[in-house]
Amino acid sequence: MVLEGRVHKFGDHIDTDVIIPGPYLTQSDPAFLAQHCMEGIDPDFPRRARPGDVVVAGRDFGTGSSREHAVLALKGLGIAAVVAESFARIFYRNAINLGLPVVTAPEAARAARDGDRVRIDLDRGTVEVNGQVFPAAPFPPLLQQLLLGGGLVPFVQARLRQASRSAG
Amino acid sequence: MGLTAAEKIFEAHTVEGTPRAGQFVTARVDRVLLNDVSGPVAFRQMRAMGAERVADPSRVVLVNDHFVPPKDVASAANLTVMRQFAREQGIEHFYDFTEGGIEHTLLPERGLVAPGELIAGGDSHTCTYGAFAALGTGLGSTDMAALLALGELWFQVPHTLRYDVVGSKRPFVSGKDLILYLIGRFGVDGATYMCMEFAGDGMAQFNMDERMAICNMAVEAGAKTCIVEPDEVTRRWASGMAFNRPVREVRSDPDAEFAARHTVKLDELVPLVACPHSPGNVRPVEEVRGVRVHQVYIGNCSNGTLTDLRQAAQVVRGKRVAKGVRAIVVPATQAIYRQAMAEGLLAVLMEAGFIVSAPTCGACFGGHMGVLDRGEVAVATTNRNFRGRMGHPESQVYLANAYVAAAAAIAGELVAPQAVAA
Ligand code: SF4
Repeated sequence: MVLEGRVHKFGDHIDTDVIIPGPYLTQSDPAFLAQHCMEGIDPDFPRRARPGDVVVAGRDFGTGSSREHAVLALKGLGIAAVVAESFARIFYRNAINLGLPVVTAPEAARAARDGDRVRIDLDRGTVEVNGQVFPAAPFPPLLQQLLLGGGLVPFVQARLRQASRSAG
Repeated sequence: MGLTAAEKIFEAHTVEGTPRAGQFVTARVDRVLLNDVSGPVAFRQMRAMGAERVADPSRVVLVNDHFVPPKDVASAANLTVMRQFAREQGIEHFYDFTEGGIEHTLLPERGLVAPGELIAGGDSHTCTYGAFAALGTGLGSTDMAALLALGELWFQVPHTLRYDVVGSKRPFVSGKDLILYLIGRFGVDGATYMCMEFAGDGMAQFNMDERMAICNMAVEAGAKTCIVEPDEVTRRWASGMAFNRPVREVRSDPDAEFAARHTVKLDELVPLVACPHSPGNVRPVEEVRGVRVHQVYIGNCSNGTLTDLRQAAQVVRGKRVAKGVRAIVVPATQAIYRQAMAEGLLAVLMEAGFIVSAPTCGACFGGHMGVLDRGEVAVATTNRNFRGRMGHPESQVYLANAYVAAAAAIAGELVAPQAVAA
């Protein structure tokens, strides 16, 4: 899979309270959550973000709470992928589960600037920024399978179907 | 080569794979915990997966604790979804907000966590159960939906960071200070993907409540999970709980392989605060003395226990909250509330000028019941002080133990608790 998009650059330790603040967690509609994405640090972000854009950040992106709403908010804006120096654990799982590519590529994340174009090649494990190609950390096989299969929902669906077939 | 406690607990729950640090396994969990924020999303995902029934209703625990009592119609609707799901699926462990409290304090109180168990929760602070020598780990709603549907899920077995705690703690130092110290020293991603393991003679000075405070904030160091090596304190607690299922005391082998090992000398710890806007921005309270505060908040799943209320009452007894400070106490569960009332702690706090709220997550995550305005400063016994966490993005939160928070309420500013409690 190859993704190409315009960069929105953020810093280190972008936490899930910043990605989607607590008061909005009564809702889980991606379109609603999208309107409040990054509200605390960049209130204008939902207006600037276009479907297909890529969020690029520093260390520990998605730290904090387990709220899947953070991924839903980014997906609601049509963000195609997140590239970061590193990710917090629960956010990383949530993103893969919902089919949002999360790419660990420290050098690319440091090189990319706001407004740059990046090209992410998930199969080859590379991120290209302004013509320069950087390596991305490979996905463990299970996660690669989940991500390319569209997330955890179809994966569990298949397992349940298999189980009911062998029971029947 | 020996095994770590985390490897052994995963081994006891693995249905597929090799339960060694770094390996991927499929594991069956003992508890599947959801709240009124993570639950409704998980139920929707479970149905999308094609599952009509949960795999094992007896393992599922549902707690209405975040937006409770409901702040608006949308939050009331989520509580309704929780009640309906519990009824429909025959889930016995459902706790509405009048009969429970904050999930991580509630589960152990109700005997739903025992040593050696593996608990998955749709909440990042599920790591709190390390206090009880169990492994808890936080997950998002889709992972939790898979657990509802299948009862098992993939995990990467964590490496372990071991902390040998020695020496004796000084007055007004609590479990909160131990964990703040470590987050300050190793950073908010210092333990990412790891299990933080606490052992050593020094741990005997921390009761179960303080151990909850320690383990709760392991996730603020990035950890996947956390465990306190079972000892006499664990044993006494477990025998009081009179579990009717086997209690497995699991500890790391002497020759287990740790990712790193550190000794922590309790004698060197002083009361600390995490300054805005990071749990890793930790300094001795003495160094930030004089910061004016508008609100003091004693509560949440790390420090809303009876021990915290006792510590706060000890500091404020016979004194008055400073003019201009709003002081809020939120006992973490109904049982703690009742016990604090019986002990006269609530009277002490209220006579000093605190208000006492019903058990709720409330303002801890900026939900309601004490949200901060622009420019306001709070001292809170909670676990996160991210920008905007308790309200306006330009509010500020200092995280501290209950002594420090109570002292700030009396002084109207950050001070060393000994200056007030004298
Ligand atoms: S008290 Fe705060 S940190 Fe704890 S579960 Fe509730 S919202 Fe989360």
